[in-house]
Amino acid sequence: MLTAELAPLDVETLRQDFPILGRVVRGKPLVYLDNAATTQKPQQVIDAISRYYSETNSNVHRGVHYLSEQATLQYEGARRRVAKFLNAESAHEIIFTRGTTEAINLVAASFGRKFLREGDEVILTEMEHHSNIVPWQMACDASGATLRVVPINDEGELLMDQFRQMLNPRTKLVAAVHLSNALGTINPAAEIIELAHAAGARVLIDGAQAVSHLPVDVRALDADFYVFSGHKIFGPTGIGVLYGKTELLESMPPYQGGGDMIRSVSFQRTTYNDIPYKFEAGTPHIAGAIGLAAALDYVEGVGLERIAAWEHELLEYGTELLQNIPGLRLIGTARQKSSVLSFVLESAHPHDIGTIIDSQGVAIRTGHHCAEPVMHRFGVPATARASVAFYNTRQELEVLASAIHNVNQLFS
Amino acid sequence: MNDLRDLYQEIILDHNRNPRNFRKIEGATVTLEGHNPLCGDRYTIYLLLDDDIVKDISFTGAGCAISKASASVMTAMLKGKTRAEAEALFQQFHEVATGHAPIGNAQLESLGKLGVFAGVREFPMRVKCATLAWHTMHNGLEGKHEGATTE
Repeated sequence: MLTAELAPLDVETLRQDFPILGRVVRGKPLVYLDNAATTQKPQQVIDAISRYYSETNSNVHRGVHYLSEQATLQYEGARRRVAKFLNAESAHEIIFTRGTTEAINLVAASFGRKFLREGDEVILTEMEHHSNIVPWQMACDASGATLRVVPINDEGELLMDQFRQMLNPRTKLVAAVHLSNALGTINPAAEIIELAHAAGARVLIDGAQAVSHLPVDVRALDADFYVFSGHKIFGPTGIGVLYGKTELLESMPPYQGGGDMIRSVSFQRTTYNDIPYKFEAGTPHIAGAIGLAAALDYVEGVGLERIAAWEHELLEYGTELLQNIPGLRLIGTARQKSSVLSFVLESAHPHDIGTIIDSQGVAIRTGHHCAEPVMHRFGVPATARASVAFYNTRQELEVLASAIHNVNQLFS
Repeated sequence: MNDLRDLYQEIILDHNRNPRNFRKIEGATVTLEGHNPLCGDRYTIYLLLDDDIVKDISFTGAGCAISKASASVMTAMLKGKTRAEAEALFQQFHEVATGHAPIGNAQLESLGKLGVFAGVREFPMRVKCATLAWHTMHNGLEGKHEGATTE
């Protein structure tokens, strides 16, 4: 699938862009394999944020002075940058949020209020992050709609036949993760959207993990909503994106009230601003948006197809190394998979694994990864999860494997 | 690996492999669940009280080595103790696992098996693992009906 003419990544040179990757922790060189939780930031992003606060800091949209004009230009430039990154038709389809979680909450609250009624159905998948479950439970509680869940198989793949059978004229919305944070499964987003549209339902795709690992084109997907977080794509925390189709966003009521989201206010009558401002009440995270734009420049400079090719190689190598460890069971073995190595050991609980390999400087995540239904599905209380980014190396995966061998030794 | 060996001492590894009193008590006076939502550790503590005496104590459930060994050592220590003695051991354990005052070698020796949990002090993220079962037992003796949660 990936073309051979892509020039390979010069990982060692790219790593120089990330100051934190040079750190020593617990007396060992840092091996950062917790990228599904958050990614590290290149100097270019750190500089963009620092430059904004040193040179441009001002409030956006309402000022007539020079700095406010510059801040507004940069903030709205960031919006256009995101639109281009997702191949949205227009920049006004990009709403800045605090992150993926807030973007989903916005859609669940606003779309839910407008379109969900008693007897309607919302379909999720069994592999969703809590942030793509709880807002829909709240929207269903408020509207009387019913939540339905598409199950997954033992490999961690969606059962598409069951999804087809679940769709019906009462289905109003389907919310599905693009790339699972707990399993690494890449879901067939285009097929999910096509099937849902045929049933007359709208679709929200949670792209929190996907955007830093594979190219995303919301128009090619025909997604109604697509959401992601800045900090998982080498940008700052506290900034995220909701993409929504114009007609949908225009038909939906505001999520929060306040400044910037209004056209005029009186005690008798308030009229709302146009999109995207209708959904951005209050002073936004201006520096975050600018930092995110710098991160997207950086990622596209490296090239998402080259990133995907390198990470595929890392995933295959890591899978091979881990499968050779006695008593290790991989959780999530989908055919279409990226970046995540979730596992349990016979000898030790994930929490113990995390502590022991941390003493070797290896950072991974242990726990339920905010996906408790996935843990129940696989009958484990928690997993240990190593997750790669393009700046990881084969040698780092060898350090991981050797650290896991040490766990086995300690607990033998 | 030095700090790590302080945390995963042989006694802890042994109690993790072969937990003592790892069973239900039918007709227990107190049955209470303890849960650490952060890592999913979940134990039920059973207490059989005869007036003032902990006649029997046991636990079931699952979690990491630190939490399981801590629950196991606790049940082994408390059987036959009075409420007041159990409460005193709880306080002592709490000091060992979470305190800041340095512990000398002589003191470590006098603490017996409790001393092995001094290692968790160096691992702030793991303190809750060590204290889960003890907090649950403590709540049980205090007559609280809600289980302990370390969050």
